[in-house]
Amino acid sequence: MESNIKMHTKNLDFFYGNFQALYNVSIEFVQNRVTALIGPSGCGKSTYLRCLNRMNDLISGIRVEGQAMLDSKDIYDPSIDVVTLRRRVGMVFQKPNPFPKSIFENIAYGLKVNGVKDKAKITEIVEKSLKQAAIWEEVKDRMNESALGLSGGQQQRLCIARALAVDPEVLLMDEPASALDPIATQKIEELITELSSKLTIIIVTHNMQQAARVSDRTAFFYMGKLIEVNDTDTLFTKPGLKQTEDYITGRFG
Amino acid sequence: MIALFSITALSLIMIFLFIEGISIFDHVSIKEFIFGKYWYPTDDPADFGILALILGSFCVTFLSGIMAIPLGIMTAIYLAEIAPPKVAEIVKPIVELMASMPSVVIGFFGMVVVAPFIQKLFNIPVGLNIFNASLMLAFMSVPTICSISEDAIFSVPTALKEASFALGATHFETIVKIIIPASLSGICTAVILGLSRAVGETMVVLMAAGGAAMIPGSIFDPVRPLPASIAAEMAEAPFRSEHYHALFAIGIVLFLFTLIFNLIADFLSHKFRQVGEASL
Repeated sequence: MESNIKMHTKNLDFFYGNFQALYNVSIEFVQNRVTALIGPSGCGKSTYLRCLNRMNDLISGIRVEGQAMLDSKDIYDPSIDVVTLRRRVGMVFQKPNPFPKSIFENIAYGLKVNGVKDKAKITEIVEKSLKQAAIWEEVKDRMNESALGLSGGQQQRLCIARALAVDPEVLLMDEPASALDPIATQKIEELITELSSKLTIIIVTHNMQQAARVSDRTAFFYMGKLIEVNDTDTLFTKPGLKQTEDYITGRFG
Repeated sequence: MIALFSITALSLIMIFLFIEGISIFDHVSIKEFIFGKYWYPTDDPADFGILALILGSFCVTFLSGIMAIPLGIMTAIYLAEIAPPKVAEIVKPIVELMASMPSVVIGFFGMVVVAPFIQKLFNIPVGLNIFNASLMLAFMSVPTICSISEDAIFSVPTALKEASFALGATHFETIVKIIIPASLSGICTAVILGLSRAVGETMVVLMAAGGAAMIPGSIFDPVRPLPASIAAEMAEAPFRSEHYHALFAIGIVLFLFTLIFNLIADFLSHKFRQVGEASL
């Protein structure tokens, strides 16, 4: 295994009030690789993902213990600027959530809030991001139309383009294809594989075939605990634990 | 059945208003009525020009809008987005309590407390004027504007806020660029409803605006807005006299004003309607 660790957590505990949602989770995320987080509903995989860009901060009454490191810096350290962190660690959500603005404005938004003022540069990055997200051809003639007129699959790729526009180092994806039809899902998966040459991707998925198809490494969560993490091939063919085997063969979950 | 009854009753009131009001135009033309500068309904010959009254209403509403709109919207943003839950829990009922305050109490407050105060503060002869009435009306419309805007802001989908935060936007940027545009239709409705409450409000302007039917020169001049004229003079106007009909015609003008306000509110809420979350 490569030693090039982009992000990792060590003994991460997470609490919603008095309820502990994560126990002692330690995972390493290798640079330019795709890591899938799998497990049954309510196992804490989404909560874990949202710890990595401090999205959980928006909920009141939460508490995090342990370490979550990005490039050997603790992201929960008081000196960390959350706004900068979220620019470096982008996120794509389960349901496509484009802003009720034009397609162009959707992509340009992230640039504008990060202080890019040069119009030519914004136009250039918007085009580049849309190309990266493989949606440019479909939207290039309707940049000023509302993003809400796009189909679900297109909206989700637009959201990916929006996340890419601010040039993140890590991309978190929370079941990005769960609300999409098979063809749109396939497009998103191809996109993930393509993007992984440039960034570190962490994807939560319900779909084990999807995890097997797109990821290099897979982590299996159950009841807020990390059960097993390994190379995807190994985890799916020779799981180390009985519990993992039962889940991936569909005996529970 | 009950709905039908109330609709019938309301339309009968409207028909009555128009029948009683329109006959004044046998004596003066519509143009003279609306643009006439002099309102001397009891003189002989009487003058029925309501321009001063319209301007009085307009000034008072406009000034109260200037005070109430920013205050109401900012309070709403604070309550929906910034305030810690415990503070919001206390402040929200207080704002709603303000909305249910009887207007006569507010008018009385303006007359007895605010009037002497601004008289001294600005060193002017009378404390009952546009400024005082606007202040009291603003006091009345802030709760309306605030609570309706707050609902609109609160109903902006969390998914949109999260998307904005995830791109590295600050809370302030998210409020200004995402939350406010997404709730603009609700905010516009809130403003119009707040203002139409101010236009039609009678007791406060009757007590605090000073009651002089003349075209105001500054915000410290007393005025007599439309509703105040009706309330003050109706009891003195002989039944079915010209004066009586003129007051009903003022009622028509007032009715048209509030109708226009409501139409604008309706139009704006459609124009800025945005579908929040993506639909599949």
